[in-house]
Amino acid sequence: MTDLVEHALATEEAADPFRLAGREFTSRLLLGTGGVPSLDVLARAVAASGTQIVTVALRRVDPGARGSLLDVVESAGVRLLPNTAGCMTAREAVLTAQLAREAFETDWVKLEVIGDEDTLLPDPFELLDAAEQLVLDGFQVLAYTSDDPVVCRRLADAGCAAVMPLGSPIGSGLGIRNPHNIALIREQVEVPVILDAGIGTASDAALAMELGCDAVLLASAVTRARDPERMALAMRHAVEGGRLAQRAGRIPRRFHAEASTPMQGLPEL
Amino acid sequence: MRLTVNGEPAELPEGTTVADLVAARAEDHRRVAVAVGSAVVPRSRWAGTVLTQDDVVEVLVAVAGG
Repeated sequence: MTDLVEHALATEEAADPFRLAGREFTSRLLLGTGGVPSLDVLARAVAASGTQIVTVALRRVDPGARGSLLDVVESAGVRLLPNTAGCMTAREAVLTAQLAREAFETDWVKLEVIGDEDTLLPDPFELLDAAEQLVLDGFQVLAYTSDDPVVCRRLADAGCAAVMPLGSPIGSGLGIRNPHNIALIREQVEVPVILDAGIGTASDAALAMELGCDAVLLASAVTRARDPERMALAMRHAVEGGRLAQRAGRIPRRFHAEASTPMQGLPEL
Repeated sequence: MRLTVNGEPAELPEGTTVADLVAARAEDHRRVAVAVGSAVVPRSRWAGTVLTQDDVVEVLVAVAGG
């Protein structure tokens, strides 16, 4: 990038920080680490993405595991966001969040409560129950939810620090199936809206930002891409581009053409 | 005494504490979480928590996910 472009982007970022749970970030891209083929690939993808927040999960210790995910993440200087992936009930999710708080010394949690093993769609009833319990327990709850504006409003009312509606099912790469709902959610809650799940490629991430989302969380789109590092860079630019476009204000859609070249002064030939 | 650690049967000497178990199971003690009988055992209580017969213990660490 030229100095001029870098300066312009830095100016935009400084003027438009991403505020989440009392913290400020310059990057609006959160990176999930699931599906990453190796720790080396992860390190390069994290660097290319420019992310400042990455998700991790808790699982039983594996005596045969080599290398440390946390070493990679810590050397990148990013914030850890533990998730409750795999939990199917509020009870499991609350306990997992409490264990994650012990392990990672953070009260931030990406709350996932899954209601169906085939679609991995969230269970909104267990989710809201878990969110209420965790907010009372002092957690900053980032709730992964279906793209339902009413559910999102209930989660925000319960005190969640952010709502994270899905674009489409986890890992499906189907993009944003109901853009109108995402725009409605952005309109109806005051907390940050982070589009989470379903992103397949850069244009999906840009669309999320153009719809008014405050940030995008994605994992598989990068970790399972043929070239994760290059896709991470693509996502970084997509999120920045989408955000800039949203702030700049798109032109209205028209049924017919609207000439950009003036008719006045047109020669008669 | 016999108990269950991470879903597997385990035979441990009487008097084994959570801190002892973590030292034996986890290479890096930072970023570990322990539950006994579906209750969190805070790090500050690992050394003082003695495991007992039939306890169901989970020793958890960070993995890629989400």
